[in-house]
Amino acid sequence: MSEVATTPKFKSNVHDALTDARLQGALVHARNFTFRRVAAAERLPEFEALRDSARAIKDHTLLHLDLYLEAYERKVRESGGHVHYTQDAEEARTIIVDLCRSLGAKTVTKGKSMISEEIGLNQALEAAGIDAVETDLGEYIIQLRGETPSHIIAPAIHVTKQDIEQDFRRAHRDLPPNRDLSEPEQLLAEARGILRAKFLSADVGITGANFLVAETGASVIVTNEGNGDLTQILPRAHIVVASLEKVVPTMEDTAQLLRVLARSATGQDASVYTTFSTGPRRPDDPDGPSEYHVVLLDNGRSSMLGGEFENMLRCIRCGACMNHCPVYQAVGGHAYGWVYPGPMGAVLTPSLIGVAEGGQLPNASTFCGRCEAVCPVRIPLPNMMRHWREREFERRLSPTPLRYGLGFWAFFARRPTLYRLATNLAARVLHRAGRRKGRFSSAPFASGWTQYRDLAAPERTTFQSQWRAKSGATK
Amino acid sequence: MSETSASAAPAVRKQPRVGLFVTCLVDIMRPTIGFAAVKLLEGAGCKVVVPAQTCCGQPAYNSGDRATAKALARQAIETFADCDYVVAPSGSCGGMLARHYPDLFAGEPDMAVKAERFAEKTHELVSFLVDVMRVESVEAHFDGTVAYHDSCAGLRELGVKAQPRRLLASVKGLTLIELEEAETCCGFGGLFAAKYGELSNAIVSRKAVDIHRAKVGAVLAGDLGCLLNMAGKLQRDGSSVKARHIAEVLAGMADGPAIGEPQGEPGR
Repeated sequence: MSEVATTPKFKSNVHDALTDARLQGALVHARNFTFRRVAAAERLPEFEALRDSARAIKDHTLLHLDLYLEAYERKVRESGGHVHYTQDAEEARTIIVDLCRSLGAKTVTKGKSMISEEIGLNQALEAAGIDAVETDLGEYIIQLRGETPSHIIAPAIHVTKQDIEQDFRRAHRDLPPNRDLSEPEQLLAEARGILRAKFLSADVGITGANFLVAETGASVIVTNEGNGDLTQILPRAHIVVASLEKVVPTMEDTAQLLRVLARSATGQDASVYTTFSTGPRRPDDPDGPSEYHVVLLDNGRSSMLGGEFENMLRCIRCGACMNHCPVYQAVGGHAYGWVYPGPMGAVLTPSLIGVAEGGQLPNASTFCGRCEAVCPVRIPLPNMMRHWREREFERRLSPTPLRYGLGFWAFFARRPTLYRLATNLAARVLHRAGRRKGRFSSAPFASGWTQYRDLAAPERTTFQSQWRAKSGATK
Repeated sequence: MSETSASAAPAVRKQPRVGLFVTCLVDIMRPTIGFAAVKLLEGAGCKVVVPAQTCCGQPAYNSGDRATAKALARQAIETFADCDYVVAPSGSCGGMLARHYPDLFAGEPDMAVKAERFAEKTHELVSFLVDVMRVESVEAHFDGTVAYHDSCAGLRELGVKAQPRRLLASVKGLTLIELEEAETCCGFGGLFAAKYGELSNAIVSRKAVDIHRAKVGAVLAGDLGCLLNMAGKLQRDGSSVKARHIAEVLAGMADGPAIGEPQGEPGR
């Protein structure tokens, strides 16, 4: 595991997030993504049809994943690159650290990669005495802060401009202390200057991949800063680290997926940079790395194939589900406690670290369905969260009060006559107790509710008893 | 083709037998909504029946207790077997009946067929009035500005969006104001509201801010769960905004106390 998951204490994470005024201020900006996505979709009449086609591409690929992985591997080898299959995080870390050592690497630049977070690569590199520098601006900022990404495409979305200024003053000690860093452009220029030197001195560049193209053996990254290009072109070696479901059959398929990716993510028609890397530098290429490695990570994904969570492997990591999630909007990404936040994280986390550790996340959803409504590959996220709840229930992992409560309620709900009498009695009692005010401001039987809101009192007797009385009278 | 046949399209002319799926919340907490639904359905030309019923099973289904959810689904499907339609004054329960029952019995061909048939005849109240019974307006009066909150399941599982606005437009004296975030969840989520009370509170607090910004006298919705949540938050905040189910307004039955308001003299 990359880092110790704090997912089991999700509720206290939520409390911390909700009482953190600075975080709450920063999270307001996350909602801008939702307006931009709508505008981007409206500009493209075939957007909905493209989503269907994106889903079909991913479904087809997952059905034949072995074939496409073999085809991809063959193409990478033909172009002079190497493919390393890894079972788990530890194996992936070991291979990458060994590669860096064998290349005599002292400094490694990194493009943004969630797989790198999943396997805890930076810690492993540092432990091996290798300086790993994140080059995506957001990743660079959270690296300075010693944090993890709180969003899969906007890793520093929880950080304010003022925080960044403080972080830069603390980290960039060689620069004049009285310099003006009040404007975003000034912060950007400073980061660019620092990173430029790192790009030029790096021995190895490590990037993730948005797609791996089986037809050509290319890895594809999309960025808005161009940092990925400098990361993979300038050093002596380029290492791509990606999970195996990133493979897609053809360039045409890649183009289709790219058309829904940026629109769903940031509301851009396309990201500023879309870069295809195929193998090491050829003799007549003007630049490029002399070695090219792809480290393919499984880490539990192949066991999701053919099961009820297979659809999760369609995910193209756009982040739309979290941008639109009322829970994510309220608490941000760190509260989820592991690498992947939001609805996609709520489904993926139990798959990757186990339901005993990650089980809180699929429970913490109102099932409002907005994630599924905006997912570019139409992943039925609420249904899959419900599958996790079912597994917990089967394994008796659900909280005991919930299980007993449900059992008690089900006893009545399965016996309509008894139910009618019992509910009518309850309605009458609560009506009498609460009618004067019309509501309860505290109720021992519903304290989880009344701690925050009033609870309306029942109007009178139940509808069914009134209806029976009425229809009995008119007959 | 026999143009002269007087019995053309008899199915349309027959008075449909509609089973009201009251929903457990309406049954216990606010029967007025049930009576408003009956009035609207009868006004649209339906014969309304209310067979003895309990709950759609959603609390069990969403808690992972599939066996109980199935048992309650079987019970509901049997209960309404002789109805042409099943109508619920709720998008959430309606979504459970019409979208999730078939999922529950996938892999059990006999029950799956029954669940599919049941799903096809099941509707949320307001969309049933507009889409099936072709109701275009109502005879009702309600003085004031209101906001309509799109409850999640109705909106996203059943496509309830234009229908309530269309009928509200025909209510005399009523002005509808659109919330900026009408399609954002209120944070109810059934048991979620109690299990994750603090989180649910954060979400409904934001909804309350949106409602206040709209400067309305009342907030309407098609689901009592969401309404209890929004009303409870608004009242805890000391707000004067009232919460009502849309059926009460459409049926002209919105003169009694709003949700959670003092009820005066004791009932029976």
